[in-house]
Amino acid sequence: MSSSSVQPAAIVLADGSLFEGEAIGAHPDGGVTTGEFVFNTVLSGYQEVISDPSYAGQVVTFTYPHIGNYGVNRADNEALRPHCRGVVVRDLSRRASNHRSEGSLEDWLTRHGVPGIAGVDTRRLTKHLRDHGAMPGAFGTADESELTSAAGGAGGTDGHDYVIDVTDPAGRTVPSVNGAPRRIVALDLGVKDTIVEQLVQLGSVDVVGSGTSAADVLAREPDGVFISNGPGDPAAVAGVAATVDALLGEVPIFGICMGQQMLASALGADTYKLPFGHHGGNHPVQDLDTGRVEITSQNHNYCVDPDQLTGARVTHRNLNDGTLEGFACTEVAAFAVQYHPEAGPGPHDSRYLFGRFAELMDRKGRP
Amino acid sequence: MPRRDDLESILILGSGPIVIGQACEFDYSGTQACRVLREEGYRVILANSNPATIMTDPDFADATYIEPLVPEVIERILEVEKPDAVLPTLGGQTALNLAMDLHNSGALERHGVELIGARAEPIATAEDRALFSRAMAEIGLATPRSVIAHDLDEAKRLVGEIGLPVVIRPAYILGGKGTGIAATPGEFEQMVAAGLDASPITEVLIEESIAGWKEYELEVMRDHADNCVVICSIENIDPMGVHTGDSITVAPAQTLSDVEYQAMRDAAFAVLRRVGVETGGSNVQFAVDPADGRQVVIEMNPRVSRSSALASKATGFPIAKIAAKLAVGYTLPEIPNDITRKTPASFEPVIDYVVTKVPRWAFEKLPGSSPRLGTQMQSVGEAMAIGRTFPESLQKALRSLEQGRFGLNCDPGEVALDALDTAELLDAASVATPDRLFQVESLLRRGVDPDLVHDRTKIDPWFLSEMLGIISEREALAEFGQGAAALEALDRRSWRRAKRFGFSDAQIGYLFGVAEDEVRSARLAAGVEPTYKTVDTCAAEFEAETPYHYGTYEDTTEVAPSSREKVLILGSGPNRIGQGIEFDYCCVHACFALGDAGYETVMVNCNPETVSTDYDTSDRLYFEPLTEEDVLNVIDAERRSAEQGGGSLAGVIVSLGGQTPLKLADRLDPELVLGTPAASIDAAEDRDIWASVCARLEIPQPAGGTATTLAEASGVVERIGYPALVRPSYVLGGRAMEIVYSDDDLERAWKAIATDGTLGREGGLSALRPVLIDRFLEDATEVDVDAIRDHAGDVVIGGVMEHVEEAGVHSGDSACAIPPVGLSDATVSVLEDYTRRIASELGVQGLINVQFAVKRPAVGEPTDAGAQVFVIEANPRASRTVPFVAKATGVPLVKVAARVMCGATLEELREEGLLTEPVKGGHVAVKEAVLPWTRFPEVDSVLGPEMRSTGEVMGIGMSMPLAFAKSQLAAGDVLPDEGTVFFSLADRDKAVGEEAARVLSSLGFTIVATSGTAEHLRDAGIPVGDVVAKLHSDEAGSDGVDLISSGQVQLVVNSPRGRGPRADGAHLRRAAGAAKVPLLTTAAAALAAARGIADRRDRELEVRSLQSYHAAGPSDGPG
Repeated sequence: MSSSSVQPAAIVLADGSLFEGEAIGAHPDGGVTTGEFVFNTVLSGYQEVISDPSYAGQVVTFTYPHIGNYGVNRADNEALRPHCRGVVVRDLSRRASNHRSEGSLEDWLTRHGVPGIAGVDTRRLTKHLRDHGAMPGAFGTADESELTSAAGGAGGTDGHDYVIDVTDPAGRTVPSVNGAPRRIVALDLGVKDTIVEQLVQLGSVDVVGSGTSAADVLAREPDGVFISNGPGDPAAVAGVAATVDALLGEVPIFGICMGQQMLASALGADTYKLPFGHHGGNHPVQDLDTGRVEITSQNHNYCVDPDQLTGARVTHRNLNDGTLEGFACTEVAAFAVQYHPEAGPGPHDSRYLFGRFAELMDRKGRP
Repeated sequence: MPRRDDLESILILGSGPIVIGQACEFDYSGTQACRVLREEGYRVILANSNPATIMTDPDFADATYIEPLVPEVIERILEVEKPDAVLPTLGGQTALNLAMDLHNSGALERHGVELIGARAEPIATAEDRALFSRAMAEIGLATPRSVIAHDLDEAKRLVGEIGLPVVIRPAYILGGKGTGIAATPGEFEQMVAAGLDASPITEVLIEESIAGWKEYELEVMRDHADNCVVICSIENIDPMGVHTGDSITVAPAQTLSDVEYQAMRDAAFAVLRRVGVETGGSNVQFAVDPADGRQVVIEMNPRVSRSSALASKATGFPIAKIAAKLAVGYTLPEIPNDITRKTPASFEPVIDYVVTKVPRWAFEKLPGSSPRLGTQMQSVGEAMAIGRTFPESLQKALRSLEQGRFGLNCDPGEVALDALDTAELLDAASVATPDRLFQVESLLRRGVDPDLVHDRTKIDPWFLSEMLGIISEREALAEFGQGAAALEALDRRSWRRAKRFGFSDAQIGYLFGVAEDEVRSARLAAGVEPTYKTVDTCAAEFEAETPYHYGTYEDTTEVAPSSREKVLILGSGPNRIGQGIEFDYCCVHACFALGDAGYETVMVNCNPETVSTDYDTSDRLYFEPLTEEDVLNVIDAERRSAEQGGGSLAGVIVSLGGQTPLKLADRLDPELVLGTPAASIDAAEDRDIWASVCARLEIPQPAGGTATTLAEASGVVERIGYPALVRPSYVLGGRAMEIVYSDDDLERAWKAIATDGTLGREGGLSALRPVLIDRFLEDATEVDVDAIRDHAGDVVIGGVMEHVEEAGVHSGDSACAIPPVGLSDATVSVLEDYTRRIASELGVQGLINVQFAVKRPAVGEPTDAGAQVFVIEANPRASRTVPFVAKATGVPLVKVAARVMCGATLEELREEGLLTEPVKGGHVAVKEAVLPWTRFPEVDSVLGPEMRSTGEVMGIGMSMPLAFAKSQLAAGDVLPDEGTVFFSLADRDKAVGEEAARVLSSLGFTIVATSGTAEHLRDAGIPVGDVVAKLHSDEAGSDGVDLISSGQVQLVVNSPRGRGPRADGAHLRRAAGAAKVPLLTTAAAALAAARGIADRRDRELEVRSLQSYHAAGPSDGPG
C-alpha cells in the first residue's frame, strides 16, 4: 500500500470521541457507516467473526493488531455473507499467506460491501468501550462534522429486532454427514454454519426460519429442537420465546447464545445488557457439575438474569465476571449455554455439549 | 483442590551454571518458585551451584545449597534436609535429568521423597524419542518418520527406511547438543557417532528431515483436575532446521487460520494428557508443511523452558509461578491472575501487540567457529521487543541486540551487504546465519522478487511482506530528501508513520545524513513522542493493576502519574559472554533495596530471560531497548508522570548493568546519574588520566601506553618490552584482548583489533577509543577487589579474590577464591589500602572493582609486599564478581551500593542493619568459570585474556582444595580418583606443574608427559611412565592424541604459551574435549586440582547450606 493511495478516515462515537485511521474495504456512498461499536479479542478467526450473523448492526473492533494475515477462504465462513456493519483494525495485512487462502481479506470485504478503518489506536478504542460500554458511532471518510452528526443519530441495539434481518425464512435441510438417524429442527435466528456442521454429526438438520411456529416444528417430528444464536437485543425479538415456550416439554431442546436467552425467556427470565459484552475466544467457563474449566468462544451483549430462572438450575458460570453461562431445565428436557461450544472461531473445549444434546434426544425427552 | 497440607518441605532443583541452551530463564523460574512456595508456607530448600542467581540469595529459601548439581551431592542434601518432595520442573534439563538419576538410582525411594510437578514416567516418555513417537502414534498424532539407533551399524541399517537427508538427535540432551542434519553418507556416519557420544544413554533418533517447514510452539499449562490452557503461541521466522533457541521468533502465531490453530491446540492438550504431565507448564513444538498444512509434533518438554520465560514476558502470565502452585495442589481456577486481580488464571491470555525475540550469538569471541545456524543451539542470549505491529517489534528487537545495528538495516551496517551482488547475497541468505535477516532486507530493497527470497530462505511470505512494508516506508521517507531540510519537511503524520514502522531516530538520521540528536529534536518539535501501552494478559478487556509497559506510537499513553520519589534502573540487555546474569542480579538487588527504602523503582530492560523483567520485581517495568533514544524516552515519560502525580525522579542507576547502561551515562543529564559521576567512569577508562591518578597515588602500574596505529603500538612495545597485553578500551569481557610475545604477534593482534568488523561495529578505533598496551607481568597472581565508597568518603572492602590461574587469563575465565588463602596479610592490607585510595581519588559513590597483579618475588628480589603489587585497572561500577562475593561473605553488597548511590552513608546503613560485617567461619569459596567448548569443538579450548566463559559455579568447603574440587565438580569436570595424568607444560609453568605432578604421583597416579616436561619432572625426582612424542616431530614415543582418545588418560594438564607453539597442544586439547577427559590448561589449576583430589580422599563429601555458613557470624573461626 503506497502512502498516496491512503484515504484518511475517522471514527466518531456517540459521546464525541474521535479516532483517526485510514479507509479500507468497501467505500459506502457518502463515506459514512454507523453501528454499535464492540470489540473482539480473538487472535485468529477474523473471517468467522466478520461473517457471524450475530454481529448484525455492529462494528467490530479487533484488538489483535494484524488482521488478514492468512487471507480468507470459503470453508471458514459462518454465513453466506458478512453481517457486521464494519471492521476496525490496527493493521490490515499487505499479503495473505496460507495454503488455505483463496483471496485477501480486503478484497473480500470490498466484494461484500463491508467498509473498514485501519491504523486506529484500537487499544484506546477498546479501553474506551470497556470503560463506557459498547456504544453507537459512525466511521468513514466523511468529514468530522458529518461523522459526528451520524454518530448522534446512530442507535444502539437495544429494542431493535435484528433477527428478522438475518434469518432465512426459506429454510434448508442438511443431511447427516455420518448417517446418524436423528432428526433435528434448528430454529434459525442467525445460525452459524459451524453450528450446523456440528449438528449434522448428530442427525439430519432442518434449518427453519425464526417465524416458524411450534406446530410447524413439531409437524416435522424432530428428535430434538435446536435454538440458534442470533444478533441484537433478545427482548426485542418477536415471537420466538413463545414458540420455544410451546415446544418446552414436547421435544428435547438445546439452545446456544440467543437460543439460551429465548429458552430463559420462555422460563420467565429477563435479559440485561452487559456493559461491553463478551466477544472473544478465551473466556473461562466452569461446568458446575464437574468443576472443569472450559476455555470458550463468546459473542453476546445480553445476559440472562439467573435469579429469575424457574424450573432450571445453573450449570455453567463465567469465571471472569460470574455471569450465567448455561442452565438446564429440571422438569423438562431442555438446556442451553450462552457461549459458543461449536467454536468457529475458538477453542473446542465445549463441543461435548453436542454429545449431551444427542444423549438427551436419545433418552426421548426425559430430563 | 487447594494446597497440599501433607507436604512440609520441598527441595527445588536449580539449573546450575549458565551454559548455551540453559541461561538465566531458570533463575527467573526458580526464583518465582521459591517465592511462591515460601508464601504458601512450605519450608523451601534450594540446590543450585550458580552463585550469580537471585534464587541462591539466602533470603529466597530456608536452606540454600550452593553445591554441585550431581546425584551424590543431592542425595546428601536429601539425607540432611529430609524434604517431603522434590520439584524438578523449574530448573531446566539439568534439574530434570538430576531427578531422573535420583529416581533411577532409587535415592528418592530410599529417602521417601516424592517428585512433584512431573513424575518419572512422563519425563521418560517426553524425553525418550522412541517412547514419545510411540505415544504420539497411539493418540493418532503425526510425528516425522523416525528410527532409533544405539550404535553406528544399527543406524546404517535402519536409515534406509527413511532415506537421506535425515536429522540426528541424541536422547536426553539440552539445547539440541549433538543434533544435526546429514545429507550425505559421510555426514551421516560422523553425526551419528557424535550423537551417540553426546547422549547420556548412547541413543540417537534418526528422523525424516522436515527442514524448511514452518515451526510453531505452544506453551501449555495443565492442572491435576485436567484443566488445560494455552498461554502463548509462538511462530518462528526461521523455518525448521534452525534450533528454536537460535531462531527469530514471534508471538502470537501469525500465519495460522483459526481452524489450523485450534487443531494444533487440541493436539497440544492431547500430547500433555498422553505423556502424563499432570500439573505445570510444558511446551509442545510443531512443524507445519506450508504446502498443505500437514502438522507434525516435533517434541515436548514436560517442564518450564526458555520458551516459557519468553511466553511469560510476552503475555504477562507468570508461568513459573503458576506451575509451582499447581505442583502443590492448586487448580487453575483457584489461582487469581495477578495482572487483573479480578479474573482467575484459568484463561488464555490474549495480546494486542506483537512480540519478537532475536538471539544474540558470540561467534566473534570463538575464533574458528562457523556462524552457520543449525539444529544445535549456539546463541548465548536473546533480546525481546514489543511493538503494536510486527515491523515495529522486529526493528526494536534488532536494535535491542546492541550490536551496532539501528534496526533492520538503514544504518552503516547495511553498506557491506548492499555492496554484494544479488546472486552472491541470495546464496548467502539461503544459509541461516546471524546476518540473514539483514541480507533478506537488502535483497527485497533492491527489488528481488519476494517469492524468490521465500524459495531460497523458506521464510514465510507474510514476514517478507511485512519487511517490504518497512522498505516502502523507508522509500517514502527518502522522498523528503536529505539533511536538516528533510527533517523540517516531515509533518506529524509522516513522523508517526515512520515511528509506527519501528524506525529509530538513528535510522532516520542515517537516511537523512544528520545526527541522531537532531532527529530527536526535530521529532519532539513535531510533537511526536512514544506512548506507553500495557502488557495486561487480556488485550484491555479488563483493567490492569500491573504497570508493565512498552513503547509504541499511538494516541494515548497508559503511564499513570506517580507521587513518590523514584529511581530508574537501567538493565543489562541481552546476555552475552562477558555480561550475563551477574548484572541482572545487581539490577534486581537495587530494585529490592530501593523498594525497601521507600523509593518507587522503575526498571528498563529487554532481556526476557531475567528476573529483572518480571513485572513484580520493580514497581514499574518498561520492556524497552537500552538505546539512547529509548532510554531518553522513558526518562521523559517518567518525568511527566512525576510532574502529574507530584512525585520526583531522583535519578538513574547506570552502573549495575554492565557496559550497556554505562555506555549511555554520558548521554544522560549528569544531574540524573546516581552514584559515581560519568566523569569518574571516564577517568578510569582514559589511559592518561588513569596513569596520572596512579602516579599521584604512588601506586605502581605495569609500564604501558596507548596507540591508534600499529607504528605507535610498536613504539610503545619498544619502550616496555615483551610480553605485552594488547586490548581495546571501552569493552567488556576482554573483547579482542591478547598477550603478544613478538612483533609478529603484535602485528596479527593489531590487525584483528583494527580490521575486525565486529569491533568496528561496536564503536571502532579512534583517538577517543585507542588501544591500550601494557607490559604483561609473568609469574604474577591476579587479584580482584570489590569495594563500596560512600559520598562521605567511607570505604568498605567487599572482598579480596585471589585468582587460581595466573595473570593473563581473563578474570571472568579464571577460578578465584575468597578469602585469598595464598596471599599474606601484609599483601592483603596493601591491596585494600590501594583500593581505598583509588576509590577516593576517583570520587566513587557506589561500587568499584580493582584488578591487581601480585608478582611472585624471584629469588633475591625484595619480598616487601608493597613492591610486588601492581594495579592493572579499576572499574567504578558493579563487577561480575559481586554476587559471588556477597554469597561468600554474607554481605548484600549491591543493596548497600544502591543505597549509597542514592545518598545513604555506610555508617547509616550499618546502623540500619543492612551493611553487616563479612562472616568468617573458616570456609573458603571458589568461583569457577564454565566454558562453552563442547558446543564449539572446532575452537581451541585454551584460556587467555579474552573471556569465553558463559557462566560460573561456586564451591564452598572448609579448605581451599576441597572448595576447588567442589567447584570443578559443579562445573562438570569430575576429577579422577586414580589413573593416569598426562602433562604437557610450557617452560614457564614447569615449576608449578612439578608441584602438581608430585602431589598426584604421591596419590598413586601414573604420570605421562611430553619429552621436555618428562625430563623436567624426572630431574625433580618424579617418576614418569610413558614419554609422549610431540606432534609433527621425529621423536620416539607414544602418540598423545591416541593415548587420550583410547581412554588411557584420566586427566590432561596442558599449558600453552601464548599463541606460540600451539598446534600440538590444540590437538591434545581437542582430543581431551572429544574423549571427555577433564582438561586443565594452567599449571596453577593443576596444582589446585591435585590438592583437591588429595583432600577429597581424606574427608567425606560435606554439604552445608549458605544460611549455616552465614550463621557463623563475623567473629567465629580462624578467619
